[in-house]
Amino acid sequence: MTDREVRLVYFSWVRERIGVPEERLVLPSDIITAGDLVRWLATRDDAHAFALQSPSTIRVAVDQMHVSHDEAITEAREIALFPPMTGG
Amino acid sequence: MATVRVQAEDFDTGAEIEKVSAGRRDIGAVASFVGLCRDEGGRLAALELEHYPGMAEAELGRVVAEAESRWPLDAVTVIHRYGKIAPGARIVLVVTASSHRVAAFEACEFLMDYLKTRAPFWKKEHLIDGTSGAWVEAKGDDDERTNRWNG
Repeated sequence: MTDREVRLVYFSWVRERIGVPEERLVLPSDIITAGDLVRWLATRDDAHAFALQSPSTIRVAVDQMHVSHDEAITEAREIALFPPMTGG
Repeated sequence: MATVRVQAEDFDTGAEIEKVSAGRRDIGAVASFVGLCRDEGGRLAALELEHYPGMAEAELGRVVAEAESRWPLDAVTVIHRYGKIAPGARIVLVVTASSHRVAAFEACEFLMDYLKTRAPFWKKEHLIDGTSGAWVEAKGDDDERTNRWNG
């Protein structure tokens, strides 16, 4: 598997803590699941570490569909990270 | 017939309720729910609703499709606002129509429970004293209310 570029989008306090609403990143080939991605992103710098310090709180959507942390993200083009939702 | 709208503008509750059964002779029941912004004991100046454009509409559509698969619904309308919303103002509307009341009532409650835990919206509090308060935390009992539909 080759490295691939994805668009990452952030919302709510995940966006505020990381400091940007979105970024493009090349994911290493050993990032298979949503959980892998969250753990890897948290090692990038202090801002990402702060935003993602509690991985189980972070929700992930792939191409605008909810996924669980054990689901594969290898086909993803757009991946969103955000806290539990509070609409309604 | 399903209508899903995600918008900054307010909506006309009465007009939306009328619309679902206009010209129909088969609908026997229309149920509705309107969610409003509370002032939290006078503390809150406004709520700011952030959303994930594109996914918000798509996920509401999926939640509506799930309701339509569970109950015999003749019409569903879901409208969810985003942006700054003042205390007393409307945030969300769900209207369900069916031949009989049980389907309309249950589907309306189901839609609210599901959209609270699945639709990508987040509320931030702006306080009367001018400070920007915290992001509203998701409630555990919202998850429990959603889960009980799968019991």
